[in-house]
Amino acid sequence: MNWDWSHVDDFMPHFWDGLRVTLEALLFGSLIAFSLGLVWAVAQRSGPKWIAWPVTAITEFIRSTPLLVQLFFLFYVVPSWGLSMSPLTTGIVALGLHYSTYTSEVYRAGIGGVPVGQWEAATALSLSRRRTWTAVILPQAVRRVVPVLGNYVIVMLKESPQLMAIGVLDMLGQGQDFSQTTFTYEAISVVGIAFIVIAYPASLLLRALERRLVR
Amino acid sequence: MMSAKFFENWFLPGVWLTVQITVLSALFAFVVSFVIGVLRTSRWRIVRILSGAYFEIFRSTSALVFMFWIAFTVPMLLHIKFAPMFSGILALGITYGAYGSEIVRGALAAVPAAQREAGIALNFTPMQRLRRIELPQAWPEMLPPFNNLLIELLKGTSLVSLIAVADMTFAGNLKRLVSGDSAPIYTLLLVLYFVFAFILTRVMRLLERRAKARVGQRPAQSGLRALFGGVREKSAIDPITSAGGAK
Amino acid sequence: MSADSNSSSQETPNPAVDGSELIRFDKVTKRFGSNTVLDNLDFSVNSGKHVTLIGPSGSGKTTILRLLMTLMKPDGGTIKVNGEYLTHEVKDGKLVPAGEKHIREIRKNIGMVFQQFNLFPNMKVLRNITEAPISVLGLSKDEAEERARELLDMVGLGDRADAYPTQLSGGQQQRVAIARALAMRPQVLLLDEVTSALDPELVAGVLDVLRDIARSTDITMLCVTHEMNFARDISDQVLMFDSGRIIESGSPDKIFSEPEHDRTREFLNAVL
Repeated sequence: MNWDWSHVDDFMPHFWDGLRVTLEALLFGSLIAFSLGLVWAVAQRSGPKWIAWPVTAITEFIRSTPLLVQLFFLFYVVPSWGLSMSPLTTGIVALGLHYSTYTSEVYRAGIGGVPVGQWEAATALSLSRRRTWTAVILPQAVRRVVPVLGNYVIVMLKESPQLMAIGVLDMLGQGQDFSQTTFTYEAISVVGIAFIVIAYPASLLLRALERRLVR
Repeated sequence: MMSAKFFENWFLPGVWLTVQITVLSALFAFVVSFVIGVLRTSRWRIVRILSGAYFEIFRSTSALVFMFWIAFTVPMLLHIKFAPMFSGILALGITYGAYGSEIVRGALAAVPAAQREAGIALNFTPMQRLRRIELPQAWPEMLPPFNNLLIELLKGTSLVSLIAVADMTFAGNLKRLVSGDSAPIYTLLLVLYFVFAFILTRVMRLLERRAKARVGQRPAQSGLRALFGGVREKSAIDPITSAGGAK
Repeated sequence: MSADSNSSSQETPNPAVDGSELIRFDKVTKRFGSNTVLDNLDFSVNSGKHVTLIGPSGSGKTTILRLLMTLMKPDGGTIKVNGEYLTHEVKDGKLVPAGEKHIREIRKNIGMVFQQFNLFPNMKVLRNITEAPISVLGLSKDEAEERARELLDMVGLGDRADAYPTQLSGGQQQRVAIARALAMRPQVLLLDEVTSALDPELVAGVLDVLRDIARSTDITMLCVTHEMNFARDISDQVLMFDSGRIIESGSPDKIFSEPEHDRTREFLNAVL
């Protein structure tokens, strides 16, 4: 067992490149997951049956199957239909699509968690449908939703290394690449520790936020 | 679409391996969940801190990176060799066990304090209280979140294909490399995972109904929603996203 | 107020002779945050007596039972059962907090019935009663079940041995809880507002069972209740509590008919 810090030094430039890619995937993946999830939630809640049912079925299917296989599907099958994307773009879409099926449940629970009495009070005050949503329901739902969405960002961070399977040079991609070309083994350890160093403080932060928002 | 030879030599063994890895890593994760989860309710601070640290560390760990680390780094560091499948099961069991410990801890914490007090009044030892009162009552509460975790674990088993374990995802990749025709095989894979998830959910719901009957609760409704409601369960405990920690 | 806890010599434990001192609270203090519930409380209960604690809610009656059952620890003072410290041990001549083993040894003399019954929902009625005798006292399954069936007959539920607690009415559940406590053959039975959670028509059945036990056994009873008629019926002694102190004590006739203290009179006027 001989750990060589010079290998770590050599790896660090690659690590920072990988970190940038990981964060990029996470940022855009989250944006897709947050917005697409809202679309699913609204479609399931207030869309007509012929929309709500297929949406339920599709989100259920996506949620129950591995992100990794979905990545392969998007990267190898979809281009044959004439839609080619770079590995990173494919990764972002897959990540966003996969977790939009989770965030949609978060939105649904958040909206469903607002007591019925709040809707009734809004009706009794003759608030418009729009005011009911923007002034009464959503502000209350947000308190429940935001911490959970934040936690899904952490989940997505931990799942993002799967993107290396389609050639994305994220943190793990860089680490694996470096290890295999130099026949050293320190890089993966650096990457592993990096995930803990990012994810743990992030979850502490979210806990603090949750305590402030949910009372 | 699939040659008989590929089907016999790679695909079926791959499916069987996915089943094996799911079962073995689930059993391993289950044991870890209970040991760590119970220790996290210990009377001794130091035990709570150590088991809590286990939870925090592995909850913050990426399963795939950890799997690579066990499969590639550990053998080089320690000059030992073990089967890739072993690395996969180890990594899945350790990380999903950390999530599971939150289920066990949460369900134990939800047992009413009055039940613990009744146990004290009858002079049970702390161990007897845990085994005869607290765990039996917490068990039905654990099953829905355990079902969700099990589905996540099933999905997670596909990661072993990246450390050269020939599971069904690995077989799918092989098929693409050999024939270049990827649409049917990946579609089939997705459908298979979905079917497995569905079967697991059925089994877990059955266990849940049994468990509820055993503590004198009425079983959950099994209406249309239960049949078509897919494979996720509503539960107060969500170890994947819950903030966990001290409450 | 005696201060015998200073002596370093070993106490001679009194066997449960009828009439001897069974329970002693010595300068017991209990606080919840800044709220002092019990304030330097001294009192004792003799073996075989039936003692009822009355007083306004929040006056510390239930806290006494919970301290005796070791569901909470005193902030100051000591409690003795049969002359032995309950939550303390004498080590090298010094009084130190007791370990689990010591507490369990002393605690086996005490049984408790709770306001909310607290039956184990995961066990049928019979097993609720036999579980502790088997696993704590080491009785054989047959012995424990025989004892349990006798007790179930006594509380009038001989035919419900195989029901789950949730299938019983509140009154039935409480009678099972009484049987469960008695199955441990405790010297003292703590009754914590055992009828407060019951529908009015179910109260009588539970009180009848308790009267029966008070009459036919020599078990010591320490009882917190708002049922004044029941208290008058079964008590040898009534203790009136207010703000964590005993302000008056005596026979039920004296307390209920000619109370000395204004607060007692006010309280009785309010509840009777």
